[in-house]
Amino acid sequence: PQIFEYNGSAVVAMVGKNCFAIASDRRLGVQLQTVATDFQRVFKIHGKLYIGLSGLATDAQTLYQRLAFKHKLYQLREERDMKPETFASLVSALLYEKRFGPYFCQPIIAGLGEKDQPFICTMDCIGAKELAKDFVVSGTASESLYGACESMYKPDMEPEELFETISQALLSSVDRDCLSGWGGYVLIV
Amino acid sequence: RRMAGSMELPTKGGFSFDLCRRNAMLEKNGLKMPGFRKTGTTIVGLVFADGVVLGADTRATEGPIVADKNCEKIHFMAPNIYCCGAGTAADTEAVTDMVSSQLQLHRYATSRESRVVTALTLLKTHLFNYQGHVSAALVLGGVDVTGPHLHTVYPHGSTDTLPFATMGSGSLAAMSVFESKYREGLTREEGIALVAEAIRAGIFNDLGSGSNVDVCVITKGNTEYLRNHELPNPRTFVSSKGYSFNKGHTGK
Repeated sequence: PQIFEYNGSAVVAMVGKNCFAIASDRRLGVQLQTVATDFQRVFKIHGKLYIGLSGLATDAQTLYQRLAFKHKLYQLREERDMKPETFASLVSALLYEKRFGPYFCQPIIAGLGEKDQPFICTMDCIGAKELAKDFVVSGTASESLYGACESMYKPDMEPEELFETISQALLSSVDRDCLSGWGGYVLIV
Repeated sequence: RRMAGSMELPTKGGFSFDLCRRNAMLEKNGLKMPGFRKTGTTIVGLVFADGVVLGADTRATEGPIVADKNCEKIHFMAPNIYCCGAGTAADTEAVTDMVSSQLQLHRYATSRESRVVTALTLLKTHLFNYQGHVSAALVLGGVDVTGPHLHTVYPHGSTDTLPFATMGSGSLAAMSVFESKYREGLTREEGIALVAEAIRAGIFNDLGSGSNVDVCVITKGNTEYLRNHELPNPRTFVSSKGYSFNKGHTGK
């Protein structure tokens, strides 16, 4: 059995006009058995920065706890929130540090940077950053998500339209994947 | 209850191996290790009359899927030195960033422009120390006080010094172009055209390379990074109707 397909997950983020959307499925499984249908994969770092973690659920939770810890220290020292680009470098460094014994997680980072410009990026499990201007996907349903997002995405969508697009892309992709599903959790900022 | 581990201590830099035991246990219980994102690439470099020209494609793959259609494979090392990277994407990025910072500190300490051989030695020492496990194959090129230089660096730490070089999965396609058309003393335009032709050969004939052509021209005192110099794969299949969902279409 593959380690990324142990729990099953689907996470996607899209860029809109001065906003972003990040969405994930809600299933937590142990291989083919479903254990929970309300599992949270998208976590808040601060009001304008969210991280979605697909892959092994235990590593996702541990990684989120480590990152929240680092960000809280950063807030105490710098007296401000971390910029999304800086946070992405932080996650990348944290993952690359474990290059030869990695966390089995693929993060998706979505945030609003300077002047509320949306920023999204994804990484593989050892921290290779991939910035995108339109959408990023990860998880067991990633192949279907690539296809769905590629066709449904349009640039400069307003928040309501972005919500519809990302939800439909997520739902249609997880319907084609046994390991993710049971609804979706969408966040628009 | 205190958690024993690296949480409370500041990190000393370098790699941390504390999850290795757990991962080995998972592997023993049958779980297969994941694949990392590779750059499955065509990267080239050549020396022309006034300096060096580097070129790269822009596709990043994750197994058979294209993860990034327009990634940057030509990395900054110093204002007069650039490096193209093939292999595992995280490794090429990390190793070039690390050597780039070391070069900057060295510049501050010596008050001199960085030399290509300095970058070369730093890269090969790091890669040799990790015995090939840091999977980065690089084409390093630049112009310093001693003239234009072009080197290739292999994941195990060996290096070659060449007038023209190719690396990556598309290296054979690109090398065929270079071997037929390269000559010494090319002009800048001829150099750029030849590099673009070699990368296009890689893009169209190698499945691991694709999308656009990036070119970087380094001459004495001047560097030009031509990002997306050519876009031979424009997206022409956009549906004119597009998808549009009515508001409220997705239920609660």
